[in-house]
Amino acid sequence: MIKAILIFNNHGKPRLIRFYQYFPEDMQQQIIRETFHLVSKRDDNVCNFLEGGSLIGGSDYKLIYRHYATLYFVFCVDSSESELGILDLIQVMIYFLVYLLFQVFVETLDKCFENVCELDLIFHMDKVHYILQEVVMGGMVLETNMNEIVAQVELQNRMEKSEGGLSAAPARAVSAVKNMNLPEIPRNINIGDINIKVPSLSPF
Amino acid sequence: MSDVVEKTLTALPSLLLSVDSQPGSAKLSTSSKLGSLIRNITELTSKHEEEKLIQRELSSIKDQVSSPNTTMRQMKELMVRAIYCEMLGYDSSFTYIHAIKLAQQGSVLEKRVGYLAVSLFLNEHHELLLLLVNTVLKDLQSTNLIEVCMALTVVSQIFPKDMIPAILPLVEEKLNHPKEIIRRKAVLALYKFHLIAPNQVQHIHNKFRKALCDKDPGVMGASLHIYLHLIQENPEGYKDLTTSFVTILKQVVGGKLPMDFNYHSVPAPWIQIQLLQILSLLGKNDPGTSEIMHEILEESLRRAEMNHNITYAILYECVKCIYTIHPKSDLLEKAAKCIGNFVLSSKINLKYLGLKALTYVVQQDPKLALQHQMTIIECLEHPDLIIKREFSQLLMLLHVLMIFPINNNTYAPDNEWFIQTMNAVFSLGGETMQPDITNSFLKLLSEGFDSVEEDRKLKVFAVNSYVSLLEGEPEKLPQRFLQVISWVLGEFSHLQQDVGAETVVCLLDKLLHMKNSTSETKTWVLMAMTKVCEGAACAPLVQSVCETYSSSLDTVLRQRAQELQHLSRDPALRARVLPPVCTREPLEVPVDSSLSFLDEFVSEALAAGAAPYKPSHQRQEELAQTKGVSTVCLMFVCLMLFLTRADVCVSQLSSSLKLEGVKRVWGRGGYEAAQVETPSPPQEGGDPSISHTPPLTSEDTESKQQEQQLASSMFLGLDHSSVTLVTHTHTHTHTHTHTHTHTHTRTRTREYGTMWLSFSNDTKQNLTLVHSENEGPLRATLNVLTEDLHLHVVEIIGMEAIVACRLLQDQPCLMHCRVHGDALAVWLRSPVPELPDCLIYHCQRALQGH
Repeated sequence: MIKAILIFNNHGKPRLIRFYQYFPEDMQQQIIRETFHLVSKRDDNVCNFLEGGSLIGGSDYKLIYRHYATLYFVFCVDSSESELGILDLIQVMIYFLVYLLFQVFVETLDKCFENVCELDLIFHMDKVHYILQEVVMGGMVLETNMNEIVAQVELQNRMEKSEGGLSAAPARAVSAVKNMNLPEIPRNINIGDINIKVPSLSPF
Repeated sequence: MSDVVEKTLTALPSLLLSVDSQPGSAKLSTSSKLGSLIRNITELTSKHEEEKLIQRELSSIKDQVSSPNTTMRQMKELMVRAIYCEMLGYDSSFTYIHAIKLAQQGSVLEKRVGYLAVSLFLNEHHELLLLLVNTVLKDLQSTNLIEVCMALTVVSQIFPKDMIPAILPLVEEKLNHPKEIIRRKAVLALYKFHLIAPNQVQHIHNKFRKALCDKDPGVMGASLHIYLHLIQENPEGYKDLTTSFVTILKQVVGGKLPMDFNYHSVPAPWIQIQLLQILSLLGKNDPGTSEIMHEILEESLRRAEMNHNITYAILYECVKCIYTIHPKSDLLEKAAKCIGNFVLSSKINLKYLGLKALTYVVQQDPKLALQHQMTIIECLEHPDLIIKREFSQLLMLLHVLMIFPINNNTYAPDNEWFIQTMNAVFSLGGETMQPDITNSFLKLLSEGFDSVEEDRKLKVFAVNSYVSLLEGEPEKLPQRFLQVISWVLGEFSHLQQDVGAETVVCLLDKLLHMKNSTSETKTWVLMAMTKVCEGAACAPLVQSVCETYSSSLDTVLRQRAQELQHLSRDPALRARVLPPVCTREPLEVPVDSSLSFLDEFVSEALAAGAAPYKPSHQRQEELAQTKGVSTVCLMFVCLMLFLTRADVCVSQLSSSLKLEGVKRVWGRGGYEAAQVETPSPPQEGGDPSISHTPPLTSEDTESKQQEQQLASSMFLGLDHSSVTLVTHTHTHTHTHTHTHTHTHTRTRTREYGTMWLSFSNDTKQNLTLVHSENEGPLRATLNVLTEDLHLHVVEIIGMEAIVACRLLQDQPCLMHCRVHGDALAVWLRSPVPELPDCLIYHCQRALQGH
């Protein structure tokens, strides 16, 4: 079972936090700090697993994380979870974030933010949470039918648009997303100062 | 603009259309409010400034949420901002009630934010949660699927336990919903109920079964969570489902699921992982159930050959399953190969998991670790602490396994490996290591190998390796390791001619000056110095050390310093007290192993009214009382035990190889030393050399399995017979001895093997052989033992024999005898700490009489 998903940046600033087990507020902050402390010490070329945080669950508790661009994606899980399985789940999550990022891309083109993906994550925090709810529900990893999630995100966007008075997105938008294949996302997107590094899709 | 971006942008026009940026000015302004907040925060440098900014933000949110003019839409934006503040650790509890209101009253999109905020803000016990129940009830009945979805989502995240009955029928109903996403969420909601209030959902367990058979893999996958949990709690209750799980896994592996569930062309990997976890729970300790899954496990192993992370995840789970369920040899072989691939992988994550798997597997099959010894050694140098730690745990385990077999050279293929491995264990294990690991390591090292040359090499290698460690940065080594190093240098440094005594003394002296050295370590160092200091070169240094520590506040250190001073001045005395180790000709010190010279003293003391010796802890007494042995007898046993131990001690001193022996001599303020200085007459008819038990040879390994088979048979018999051993003595006590011999049955090999290995208390000793005209010495000796002590001879194979006895219920003692020269080398093991020592004593007594 997943106990918490923590996303924070290189300085330990939380960017998205979701706990699946109840901890008091101050404890949550302590867990974030401890986790950041544990994870940030590690080089990028060491393994993506950590054991022995003291705050959640003791020995029956491990951290599985990925460092991508300026962000750390950390899953706190109990011993029953498959390490490699979670690692790929993070990959899936990042994939959806990148997908969100594409959506925001136009908005940010003319504004020069230092780190696009990181701030975009907060701008669309609620949307990231909705995606997360589909991939991990109540701390359980759901078999992710990627197309279904993409379709859901689409549906929600359509709803927002129709609420905003716009006509529904063309059907081909949905099909374009559905057919979007992971390896087709470019590895690097460079525009002026902005450099977005799309996460490597073959994870090793 | 780069090509790539151009391409991306042209490739995704449809996506851009669906961007939720909209011309509405209201939206832009609010989103930029959040935006400016975020930007402002990232620009701040101090925590204090951040606090000020957030407080300002919170008070502005507070004003707006309570204003009646705030629309639901604005409320939605405010809520996202509140979520952000809360995430940074600032209390925004005043928004909680508004979050619930938003979920209640908002349109679909606003509702969604409201539900999200509720699930992030509140916990299961929060009282406000009760206000949500009605909203959830309403939404569950909504005709809008999205609302139903949202309600189910929030229920599966957070719901008050007491209110479950109110919505349970509605959620149950959703299990039959035509839409799979609703069914899936309903299953998860029920799982949540099961977790927080298992009694409430007991009646719908058969509905879980229906979910398991759902045609949609997503729903089926969700139900697996429930089953994994249920089976963890009660594996017996779900054995009948094994075939179903196997069939499902077969279908998944066979690619029968819709393509939508493929991830990197692997069909539903997370479902596969979960099914494998379930199967391993079901198959554990159950040969019948395991049998059902062998085929599919093999299939899984075969299929998962593609080189992608997720296939490794499945493989790893598969290997774990194979090692958990009832073993099947060819599957194990394949799984072992698989682990090999993990360990040898250049990918660090796989290496980690490989080591982890090894940790798990070595308990069943230590040889597997040997295949990977080079990799294990490489991990020593690995920069990743996590890998190092995993590896040290593995070594700890290996060590436990090594204690037994190192003697027969089976598992430690060469000296370097052994020493390096143990160095790693000590450096990494540090202070957390149990002292008995250190002790048994030193014991192993001093007993060494059969071959004198090998033995010398091992010790020289250890000395070299430690000298170089001390020349490096000894500050970084754990105290316990330093103690080991001191002892080894003290004992064996003279074997290495290249390293002079003064070098060693200098190195040891360095340890004394280290700030973090504890006084325990210093004690070890001083003892080592006492053994090493030789020749004039060391004298000044030794003298200054003595002067420093003779006035130490620590009495033990002071004692050691005194010893060092006296012994370094008197080489003759030192040679007698601490005879140099000479592996070629074992030193022959005549020892009266029965300590008969003390008998007079003891009987005088007893006659004078002294209480018989009792150990500080009264375990034996309690043990005996519960088992119904008379206290009189027990006291005798205790006394004898004490004497036996003392004589073991003296005998160990004779070779000055054993740590325990050496420590004892110096541990009791000269008491034992006095014994040595007044040599007692040789033991009557005994073997005066009391040499070490010879390590087992390779033929021993071959016969071991045979032995175990045979020995297992005796346990079947012994379970019913009661051989009372301790109570049998000639003069001191009168007790009942009853023996029943049982026919040998060749079963329970496994149990015996584990038994021998699980007995932690062992003793080795050489006994005198009894010579007889009619029979060989082994048989004659055993006859004496069986006759006098009612030991149970299980089998005699050539020059070896297996004997067993039992003291009352559940207290067996195993004895392995082997003719070695003109002595009988016996090796005893028992779960009762005193039993081997005691039995040895009685054997000696019995044999002395002949």
